[in-house]
Amino acid sequence: MFQPRSIQSSMTLRDKIVSMDYVLVLSILLLGIISMFAMYSTDGGKFDYHTKSHILRFGVFFLMFLVISLFQIRFWYQTSTLLYLSFFVLLLGVKYFGLTSSGSQRWLNFYFMNLQPSELMKIGLILFLAKYYHRISTQDVNRIKFLFLPVVALVAPVLLVVAQPDLGTSILIALGGITVSWLAGVRVKFFAYASILFISLTPIAIAFLKPYQKARILTFLNPDRDPLGAGYQIIQSKIAIGSGGIFGKGFLNGSQSYLDYLPEKHTDFIFTLFSEEFGFVGSLFILILYSIIIFRLISIGDVTRSSFGKLYCYSFATAFFIYVAVNMGMVLGLLPIVGAPLPIMSYGGSSMLAIMLGLGIAMSCKIYKDTPVN
Amino acid sequence: MINFGSGNTVIKSKLISRRMFVLTAAKTIVFCGIFGRLVSLQINEATKYKTLSDKNRFREWKLAPQRGIIRDYFDKEIASNEKVYQLHITPENSPNLETLFFRLKTILNLSDRRIFYLKRKIAKQKPWEPIIVSDNLTWSEFSRINLFLHELPGVEPIVSVARQYPDQSTAHLVGYVSQVSQKDLQKKQYLKDMSVGIAVGKTGLENKLDKDIIGKVGFQRYEVNAFGKRIKQIQIDPGESGKNYRTTLDLEVQKYTSEVLEDKAASVCVMDIYNGDIITMASSPSYDPNSFVHGIDKKYWNELISNEKKPLNNKAIAGLYPPGSTIKIIVALSALENGIWNPKKYLNCSGVTELYGEKFHCWKKKGHGPMNMRSAIQRSCDVYFYEVARLLGVDRLSETAKKFGLGKKVLDGFIEERAGVVPSTAWKRKFIGKNWYLGETLHSGIGQGYFQSTPLQLCLMTAQIANGGFEIKPRVLTNEKKNNLREYIKYKNENPNEPLPVDMLVSNFDLKPLFRNQENINFVKDAMFAATNEAGGTSFRSRYNDQKFMFAGKTGSSQIKRFTELQRELEIKQKDIDYKDRDHALFVAFAPYSDPKYAISVVVEHGGTGSGSAAPIAKKVIKKVLERDQLRENVKNLTGEEI
Repeated sequence: MFQPRSIQSSMTLRDKIVSMDYVLVLSILLLGIISMFAMYSTDGGKFDYHTKSHILRFGVFFLMFLVISLFQIRFWYQTSTLLYLSFFVLLLGVKYFGLTSSGSQRWLNFYFMNLQPSELMKIGLILFLAKYYHRISTQDVNRIKFLFLPVVALVAPVLLVVAQPDLGTSILIALGGITVSWLAGVRVKFFAYASILFISLTPIAIAFLKPYQKARILTFLNPDRDPLGAGYQIIQSKIAIGSGGIFGKGFLNGSQSYLDYLPEKHTDFIFTLFSEEFGFVGSLFILILYSIIIFRLISIGDVTRSSFGKLYCYSFATAFFIYVAVNMGMVLGLLPIVGAPLPIMSYGGSSMLAIMLGLGIAMSCKIYKDTPVN
Repeated sequence: MINFGSGNTVIKSKLISRRMFVLTAAKTIVFCGIFGRLVSLQINEATKYKTLSDKNRFREWKLAPQRGIIRDYFDKEIASNEKVYQLHITPENSPNLETLFFRLKTILNLSDRRIFYLKRKIAKQKPWEPIIVSDNLTWSEFSRINLFLHELPGVEPIVSVARQYPDQSTAHLVGYVSQVSQKDLQKKQYLKDMSVGIAVGKTGLENKLDKDIIGKVGFQRYEVNAFGKRIKQIQIDPGESGKNYRTTLDLEVQKYTSEVLEDKAASVCVMDIYNGDIITMASSPSYDPNSFVHGIDKKYWNELISNEKKPLNNKAIAGLYPPGSTIKIIVALSALENGIWNPKKYLNCSGVTELYGEKFHCWKKKGHGPMNMRSAIQRSCDVYFYEVARLLGVDRLSETAKKFGLGKKVLDGFIEERAGVVPSTAWKRKFIGKNWYLGETLHSGIGQGYFQSTPLQLCLMTAQIANGGFEIKPRVLTNEKKNNLREYIKYKNENPNEPLPVDMLVSNFDLKPLFRNQENINFVKDAMFAATNEAGGTSFRSRYNDQKFMFAGKTGSSQIKRFTELQRELEIKQKDIDYKDRDHALFVAFAPYSDPKYAISVVVEHGGTGSGSAAPIAKKVIKKVLERDQLRENVKNLTGEEI
């Protein structure tokens, strides 16, 4: 609040465009283009359904990202509760009207796309909690009274998503929420209590796990347990990445994915495919691109003056990092297969929508870095 | 809501930044971890994963080679390949093996044991490798399978080839093939990379030639996708079918010999005396080698092994018999060669002689009267040879016997062949651990006691005497090592006035003479002539008067059980005692006498006397062989063979 409010609100479109973070925009664009080639390869070197659809989505949502960036940060601050609640309603809708596919009910059918509200909830929860902690004082953060609402806001959607069942997404949502709370200053001891409670509830939770989820966890602990069943994905993914070597097998030459040894190659295992075809050099390039995006998001948080903006940018950067790390850790055999897409690269409209929404709001923070939110 | 002052906001910002710093550090560590993992997978372990990726991509199907064909001297097939109908299953193409086997059980009559065996085999191999359910379906089974094929996914009816033996008479010499056993895999290294279901030689020539006759296995390599579908062919190697072989056998004679032997437990060997070609080597009774090719039927197997005439045994090389009186030609030769006996020397045979109080009988109770060496061979007088042997001693006898081919294996690579025994004092000390008794020398002098020989050895012995006393190497295959003996004979015929000194034989013709003085060989041949063609000879009744077929031979009979004094008194005839206790009948001969070409040996187990049962068989076979001699010569000229 060092500058008069009037100056901020009177920014021209040109001013707005100039103050965008172009390193971030270009990194996103580059990643998007790379993902198109990867998708082209998953279609067997043909300009097919997945490629077309992915290009269309990336195009539309990238434009959406640019448009969202131009919105006043105050707008996102004001609508965050509403967004959270509407995403929550959508999640409830999934429970009653959702589409079921391969044993889990995750999607709502809109005519132009099948929406996966759990993906949107990843952003919704961060927004909601960022606003909440912006509004309460530092002294109040650790009061039990003020802890109540964040816990409910976090647990309710997570439970809905777990019940779909979608373990991966629910963990990612929860991690996003925890990040905001941590940054807002919730004491370590509360996290400790929560983890003790969680661990003590784990045996009960395990009883509710679907057999395939149990198998996945056991398989992660020992992939050779069932090489043709649940361990198959991890083994084949490691073979694909490892066989890529330093320079890879070449574009459209990834035998593991071509001959269908690689499961879910459009979505969760897109990095594996890319890694097989472009080798260590390609993988490292992707890893650096993601690092740049995360670094730029954190920088936006650094320059943003409002607590809401800082909390949001830091949390979103962290969540984005977690998505990348979980996906890569998964395909590299470091984490169990939980079903987490790689941001921007993976095929999937809802994930792309959520990520672009998140990036757009962060960019809005950049443009309006000096504007107070209330 | 409450609006806080800017001071509060600053504190808040600082708190957030501080905590963010911790998170950023954590992120860096995690990304470093991912980086490290990439290094480890894509750089350090790349080779390992490349191999695994290729293992995924490529699948090989092996192509079984065709076994080489074995022919006789006249290019008639004695082991060939025939078309068979087989049933294979590719386990991965079958959605449910249980139902499949259940269906097949009703269509094909598979036993539960066989199904259990197949299931165990499927569990051991790769799911895309086909398994042979049945390797020899009848036409009706094959057509039934084809009828139901649409409801039997994973099943492939296949037309393939398998071993076939057109004639049973060659069963022992050629041997048979059968499924590979664990023992075969250990013994025969080349079977390691052979495809499943290939047949391997178990006995006889099939076993001896196995490595080359089996062929080279081929393969097809395909790139396949995760569902096992072939995407493209990468490489194909059709393999090579096995080498074909031509043997020295005459199938016509072999068949004829088998017919002559009927179902006696007997064997006949006929050999070319100049190059060692085995014209016939029959063992009776025979068995059906085809029954082994697709796994032998239990009932037939039991029948074969319970038969007291031992049809599976190749008696010509694996049967051991005391040579009996046939050894007398060697005893005589040895005595003459060592210069310890004058052949003109007369001895009186009274039917019995005594040594240290032990009685040694002649086969003729009344005795032969005065005998010289020629008539002692002609009439096979035992008493005469007791005396010759006594003076000769067993060690000198054993040296000559070994020289002429007794006591060691004659052929190469026949696992069933046995070496036999030529006794000597050293042998007895080594194997029995006792000293030699003089009485045993007398027994050895008439081919009894410790002496053991195979019919093929006896045939070789006779051949090497018939050819003038030169060493020959018996052979079954036409392309084995050649011998220069015939060239030498030709040379001698062209230059009758230039007798070649023995040491020049070695350098010019690569021949090894087995004699010191060839006159001694000629003496023995003449005595054998007398035994067959002069009145009183043991095989006089089996003689031919026609010059073309005239042969010279020596009979023999080897005791199974010692005759008791009582039996001797009662003049018990062989045919009156138990089959199992009767003597073996032996006969060796060469023909034609004027220009010897072939040697023959006949052994009839428990046949009684050599003159009664062995010589008549030899007579028939000799005629057949000599009738076909010209045909054999024609082939020789046709193929341009030197020998």
